[in-house]
Amino acid sequence: MDFNKLFELVVSASLINNFVFTRFLGLCIFFGVTRKMETAIGMSITFVSVMVISATLSWLVFENIMIPLDITFLKIIVFIGIIATFVQSADTIMKKVSPTMYYKLGVYLALITTNCITLAVPLIHAGEGYTLIESIAFGLGSGLGFALALVIMASIREKLELAEVPAPFKGLPISFIVAGLIALAFTGFSGLITL
Amino acid sequence: MVEKKEHELIVSVSPHIKGEESVSRIMWSVNLALLPAFLMSLYYFGPRALLVTLLCIGAAVASEYIIQKSLKKDVTVSDGSAFLTGLLLGMNLPPGVPFYIPIVGSVVAIVITKQLFGGLGYNIFNPALIGRAFLLISWPKAMTIWSESTAAFVGLDAKTTATPLGILKEEGLGKLIEMFGDKINLYTQLFVGNRAGSLGETSVIALLLGAAYLLYRGYITWHIPLSFLATVGVLAWIFGGKSGLFTGDPLIHLLSGGLMLGAFFMATDYVTCPTVRKGQIIFGIGCGAITILIRLKGGFPEGVMFAILLMNCFAPMIDRSVKTKQFGAIKETKK
Repeated sequence: MDFNKLFELVVSASLINNFVFTRFLGLCIFFGVTRKMETAIGMSITFVSVMVISATLSWLVFENIMIPLDITFLKIIVFIGIIATFVQSADTIMKKVSPTMYYKLGVYLALITTNCITLAVPLIHAGEGYTLIESIAFGLGSGLGFALALVIMASIREKLELAEVPAPFKGLPISFIVAGLIALAFTGFSGLITL
Repeated sequence: MVEKKEHELIVSVSPHIKGEESVSRIMWSVNLALLPAFLMSLYYFGPRALLVTLLCIGAAVASEYIIQKSLKKDVTVSDGSAFLTGLLLGMNLPPGVPFYIPIVGSVVAIVITKQLFGGLGYNIFNPALIGRAFLLISWPKAMTIWSESTAAFVGLDAKTTATPLGILKEEGLGKLIEMFGDKINLYTQLFVGNRAGSLGETSVIALLLGAAYLLYRGYITWHIPLSFLATVGVLAWIFGGKSGLFTGDPLIHLLSGGLMLGAFFMATDYVTCPTVRKGQIIFGIGCGAITILIRLKGGFPEGVMFAILLMNCFAPMIDRSVKTKQFGAIKETKK
């Protein structure tokens, strides 16, 4: 196993091709939970773990069931099904096994079911033909990149609470502008690793 | 907020000392500190430099005036902050840009990066740098045509060439030394500023002169510039060499590109850097590390601008994490 390739995958998925700042995916959660640092951190933890597990599950299903049966054209529906089932069952199990943890992170699980990054990651595996380890690395990188974006955005938005933003731009509009400007800064990473 | 406080009567117990510092005083001092570098740019790049810089300043001041009028705020163009943004943007442009570019850059810098966030003191990013990054992405060709520095008043037409960092990236150190004769001459020319590059970034000695004045007045502190420069130097020495670790040439990385201008005049912007000293050192180290990462591995030859912008994103987070604890405070426990 080429360790460098894995490292490059993680770095590229988290920084260079950051899902929020270069592909503009997952914006609903991105703007939804970043009003406070606390929710952003909760979402980050939940998101990274869901990403890694759902990447693994969908790889297993794709390589072991869908390719042998030659039904890869169904991948969008199947991946949505896998992710939704996994997230919902995690939700139920967590409620039974660890109510404290459910109380803290359960809210975010429901939101993740409909997040576009969780669908984009398995679709990208399927397109690129990653191995299992590679797709786990890719899922981890994407999750970490999203977590980074959430934490940066939350810290900036908390600071902006005190700013005298002109009335039409208060709240969401100025957040979109901030996201655009961060994306501008992230173009500096382009060309860093060519995969 | 700050502007209003200047005129407010603050009642407190005696004895009273009236401070001389104010926003406009500091801003105009920084403008003054940039004067030597501006004069050097006139010497090397000629009337074109004057024109580009004046356009930037004019557009910045005009857009600040217009937007403050239309938002019915107090007009604060006389405090010199819009002037400074324009001047810094001008010093960051290549000499041969078409004339609409400085104007667009200034408008983006002032309107989007500064006034939409509520004006001076609230912007998250350095306005001049966002202006430049916007221009670089929008007109990548026009923003990367560099011309050779000539003693411009001789009246020769400027020849286009690559910047030293560009040559270093494409053809290596050997070519650079060949161009300038020998190593000592290379360092001297870089130090004086006789090289291709953005208008105001070339002359290290003029920038250091201005920085020394700001440090002497206490308007900037050593924390950010020193940690920034030291990180760049050390990392360039470790990773910069072609023949393995610890063979790089730190001096060439320190003297070229926009490093001096960035480290002393743009990373130290009060609004967009962390306010706690420990945070400022982290900020400087981060800027240095990203600069070297982009210079050595990235797609662009120069990384100072992106490094400062990226660390601007992290500044609120750094501030949060190094916040000093109140004496006697205990960590809040959650149920």
